[in-house]
Amino acid sequence: MKSAAAIIVLLLALIPLPWLVRSDFWLNFAVLTLYYGFLGQSWNILGGYGGQYSFGHAAFFGTGAYTSAVLQLQLGFNPWLAVGLASVAGGVVAAIVGGLSFRYGLRGSYFALITLAFAEVLRILADSLGFTGAGVGLQVPLHPAVVNFQFAGKSGFYFTMLVLTALGLAVVWYIEHSRFGARLMAVRDNEDAAQALGVNVYRVKLGAIVVSGILMALGGVFYLQYFLYIDPEIAYGPAVSIAALLAPIVGGLGTMCGPLLGAAALQLLNEVSESAIGAAPGLNLVLYGAVLVLIIAFLPEGIAGVARLRIGLPRGRAA
Amino acid sequence: MMLTLDHIAKRFGGVQAVSDVTFAVARGEIVALIGPNGAGKTTLFSLIAGFLAPDAGAIRFEDRDVTGLPPHRIAALGLVRTFQTAQPFERLTVAQNIAVGAHLHLASRGAALRRGAEIAERVGLGKWLHRPSRELTVAGRKRLELGRALATEPHLVLLDEVMAGLNPTEIDAIVPTIFAIRDSGITVLLTEHVMRAVMRLSDRVLVLNNGRLIAQGKPADVATDPAVIEAYLGRGVAPPAARELARG
Ligand SMILES: Nc1ncnc2c1ncn2[C@@H]1O[C@H](COP(=O)(O)OP(=O)(O)OP(=O)(O)O)[C@@H](O)[C@H]1O
Ligand SMILES: [Mg+2]
Repeated sequence: MKSAAAIIVLLLALIPLPWLVRSDFWLNFAVLTLYYGFLGQSWNILGGYGGQYSFGHAAFFGTGAYTSAVLQLQLGFNPWLAVGLASVAGGVVAAIVGGLSFRYGLRGSYFALITLAFAEVLRILADSLGFTGAGVGLQVPLHPAVVNFQFAGKSGFYFTMLVLTALGLAVVWYIEHSRFGARLMAVRDNEDAAQALGVNVYRVKLGAIVVSGILMALGGVFYLQYFLYIDPEIAYGPAVSIAALLAPIVGGLGTMCGPLLGAAALQLLNEVSESAIGAAPGLNLVLYGAVLVLIIAFLPEGIAGVARLRIGLPRGRAA
Repeated sequence: MMLTLDHIAKRFGGVQAVSDVTFAVARGEIVALIGPNGAGKTTLFSLIAGFLAPDAGAIRFEDRDVTGLPPHRIAALGLVRTFQTAQPFERLTVAQNIAVGAHLHLASRGAALRRGAEIAERVGLGKWLHRPSRELTVAGRKRLELGRALATEPHLVLLDEVMAGLNPTEIDAIVPTIFAIRDSGITVLLTEHVMRAVMRLSDRVLVLNNGRLIAQGKPADVATDPAVIEAYLGRGVAPPAARELARG
């Protein structure tokens, strides 16, 4: 209960940000931090709490983005109405990926590879089919209006991301305080022991990947509304899969705030390395990579792990 | 009958780990399954609990055919095993570990955690309630295995060497716990190398050697059975256990 109160206070404290931060640059920074934190939270549900490391979360992200884009452009749907169907589509793709790999007991690197393969297949499909715009991609025309899920300024997108962040935190809070979550963490730590205690491992993993897929699809929907353009590489390429797993790994796997902390740290690192070595293209990526290696090498439990040591919080999560 | 095995066999490649094993366990019994290392005890437990499917034979639990059912279904029916090498959920606390078992019948998180605390007390882990399970000693891990299994409210528990790796004081401490489990209405089938404990605990002993059941009966009778002494001495693997057996 204490954690819930802390989270609610944090979210409330974030509401006035657009009035405090007048610069578009920093508001964009905040939007992207919440956005990457949200993608990370989606990955964290399956990877951090369930121990199933996906390398292909783009499959769910891209499905969300494309479903919304196709519904809007080819069928004239209102983007708000498309949100529901897009998240369902993400959940369905997740159920198919999870159903196949968990039914056949694929774990560890096999699971990672099968998710990557699914994302790649979808990328190639999106690249060749007509109704997805093939290689050209799909562009949503700019019509800023709340009813069109488009906002004139950044603050509208900021509040949208804040709502999604609250949703992600609520899901993770539920995981830490429910039977489903207890079983998920048991499966992560030891599948045999979980089975011996009556846990249906297949069903628990399937539940986790579907929830994760739905959230990731919502991330894709947000991307589409924010940038108004997607193509196969953006939607289904490996970049988004990696972004989703980096935030929780850097911030703290299987912790409530890890993905958000990780996303903030990575966004800062990104800005710093870009402005420090902006002139030489590519070098900023080297710095980015080097710091990343250091974080992973010296903070195996992520930033949340360090915070826990410093403040002396108990390690056990759900109480 | 609580549990019936009917001509059970299991082969791993060239190793016939279990051959033609038939026995029954009655409600309320404490039965010990003993035998030298590699006799097939753990394999038999894995077969009963659904972790392995037998090549031949049938397993009935409370008059229901459970042969080939997956482990979680068998556990839900009330038959739960522990592991010879303890398998804690390492990132979870002791209370959370036990709560996973309690969740089999309790949907509420609060109720399962309260149950976890109660059972931790019962198996002597009360002081460790909120510690991560990976910090437990070997003795602690064995108690955690026991606690988690009990939390599922089983009718029959299979305890695979819950005393291995414990010192004599710890063994003396766990014996009353096992009697208490039986007195609470749970039938117990256990494997054990610690003969002193087997003699004190069990109503009946089954002896397995090279995957075959070679003797069964009251502990004192089995201890003087020439075939049993031969099985232990013949291998030269566990002479102290055999001497203990012979002494009864
Ligand atoms: N998964 C497996 N694959 C191949 N062989 C196995 C497997 N499990 C067990 N065996 C073999 O089956 C035989 C029986 O092993 P099991 O572990 O059941 O013996 P045990 O009676 O429990 O021994 P211990 O007292 O040492 O625990 C041994 O020869 C073992 O090497
Ligand atoms: Mg064994």
